[in-house]
Amino acid sequence: MIYQDSKVLLEVRELCATVNGITILKGINLTVKSGEIHAIMGTNGSGKSTFAKVIAGHADYEITGGTVDFEGKNLLDLAPEERARAGIFLGFQYPIEIPGVANNQFLRLAYNTAQIQRNKDELDPLEFDDLVREKMKLLEMNPDFLDRSVNENFSGGEKKRNEILQMSLLDPRIAILDETDSGLDIDALRIVANGVNQLANKGNATILVTHYQRMLNYIVPDYVHVMESGRIVKTGGKELALDLEKHGYDWVNVEQPTTAGT
Amino acid sequence: MSIVTSDSYLKSLLHGQSQLSMSPLERLNQLRANAVDRVSALRIPTKNDEEWRFTDISPLTKISFQPVRMASPLQSSSVEHFYLAETVTRLVFIDGVYAPNLSTQLSETSKDSNVVVSNLLAATSENLAAIEPHLGRHTDFQDNVFAALNTAFLHEGALIIVPRNVSVEMPVHLLFIATQKEVASHPRCLLIAEPSSTVTVLEDYVTLQEETYITNTVTEIVLADNATVNHVRIQRDSKQSFHMANCSVSLARASRYHSVSITLGARISRYNLNVQLKDEGAECAADGLALISNHQLADTHTCIDHTKPHCTSRQLHKCIIDDAAHAVFNGKIMVRPGAQLTNSTQSNRNLLLTSKARIDTKPQLEIFANDVKCAHGATVGQLDNEEIFYLRSRGLSEVTARNLLTYAFGAEIIDRIPIASLKFRLEQTVLEQTQKN
Repeated sequence: MIYQDSKVLLEVRELCATVNGITILKGINLTVKSGEIHAIMGTNGSGKSTFAKVIAGHADYEITGGTVDFEGKNLLDLAPEERARAGIFLGFQYPIEIPGVANNQFLRLAYNTAQIQRNKDELDPLEFDDLVREKMKLLEMNPDFLDRSVNENFSGGEKKRNEILQMSLLDPRIAILDETDSGLDIDALRIVANGVNQLANKGNATILVTHYQRMLNYIVPDYVHVMESGRIVKTGGKELALDLEKHGYDWVNVEQPTTAGT
Repeated sequence: MSIVTSDSYLKSLLHGQSQLSMSPLERLNQLRANAVDRVSALRIPTKNDEEWRFTDISPLTKISFQPVRMASPLQSSSVEHFYLAETVTRLVFIDGVYAPNLSTQLSETSKDSNVVVSNLLAATSENLAAIEPHLGRHTDFQDNVFAALNTAFLHEGALIIVPRNVSVEMPVHLLFIATQKEVASHPRCLLIAEPSSTVTVLEDYVTLQEETYITNTVTEIVLADNATVNHVRIQRDSKQSFHMANCSVSLARASRYHSVSITLGARISRYNLNVQLKDEGAECAADGLALISNHQLADTHTCIDHTKPHCTSRQLHKCIIDDAAHAVFNGKIMVRPGAQLTNSTQSNRNLLLTSKARIDTKPQLEIFANDVKCAHGATVGQLDNEEIFYLRSRGLSEVTARNLLTYAFGAEIIDRIPIASLKFRLEQTVLEQTQKN
């Protein structure tokens, strides 16, 4: 939701990035204020997932220009874990499976790292168990997932719910959800979207990276940005997603590019 | 290395053998004599031998070893940290010598059911009849110099006989403790699981001091029809020591053998596991983990031999290799003619933590039947960067992420140990060994 008095959380200016010498991002501009929900849409290869990973600090991408300011800090100076502790969360398109590490062990480790950052007490396994079971109810997750290895043999929907569970535990300032809707059936999509909506509040912001308009029926964005060839070429309100659904991405290309996020 | 040197070295290893007392079991005396003959005819293997291509054991021959002269008088208090919370039955051997004061008796319930857990030397005449068809018949020492050496010293040892239809609830702990330097010990185990019996055995090699010594073991495990054996083997010998081991397992109809072998210790270790699925419906699951560092060398050779139809085998062997350590895995799956409907999988996964760490892996399938399902493979790698990024994106430091992933790699095997307190303890060991700053 757009609030008049909200402050800027993330300020991206002319961000350029390459991978293996190939330029993917060619000058991204984006301003995200607290309370807002943004959707970044675009075709495959437009650079949306790259943008998400660059914000989270993936080492494969080299920043060749521009700035990213996060609550007054230069985000590009921070290691991935420092970004996470500062309040950046990336919901992965393909969450990684880690055989041998129990999900509850992993979740508690991540949670306690965040607790230290928040100057709060770490939780012991019993205390954490109570907390995580409560959070799992929001996502209609079976507690059996706590004892299984992280994401191992989880279905696509279960993996995405596990991502949102992590988001709920880490309580980030900005959550970037990369294709969280892909591979989900309609029930799983409803559950995941419901979780995201419940976690959104006046103090945080959400960036949905998606190919399809479908998820935006459940999570209503304040801004929709269209990415094309490494740039944001159009920005509008939630109705822009419906126009895209109706006319296709080619429709954007004949329109005049606008300055994003303003 | 010249043959002459080997001969004289082997001769030195036989020192003290002739002083062993005669056994009431004539077969045992005969076995020893045959073994001495074989030791005299064989030589220490070198890298020119196909079975030892990657494992140079010449450092062994630079040191002379003797059987222990005087057993260390140990009190329970100095070794009880090795004991398991669960164990009710335990046999303890100090430098290869049976230690009755540290060993425990069978619980009353097991005693009633005629389970035998005793020193081989103390076997009753009734036990001798049961032993006779098996002792020394499963581990061939004709071409295996270390098995021959062990057999030449066949004297004391661990004997377990589980009678028909008996299920031994608590694990049996065979604890071999090394205490002295330049000692050669030749631990021997014989486990006979009679029809439809069940038992869990922990074969555990530990040390009280970081000394140079050699442990040279032979274990024979016999499963009769429908028997179940869980065999856990932990090798945590001194990092200066040498550990040579041969284990032979024979499975009758519809019997089940599950082993987890963990290699943590020894400067140079070699574990030969030979499993024969001798009748229909037998099942074998053999899991292994070698976690080594510095200049350790851990060599595991396994052979799982399907001789009859409808048998199943599954194997997962993992190595975590740090510093300049070197692991060797040679895993053969044999499917004999007529062993139709064999179902066999084998996987060897290796994690190299440094650029100097080394693995030589050779999974081998030899199939002589046409209606079988077999899969095998090996992977070698470093930690996955995407996995590390995933953990870092959740706030874990790079070091924590690497440590957690390395731990997880080993924990997958530790998890399969059916003894809770041991599992917990080994998880701590893996945690300590995989944590770097």
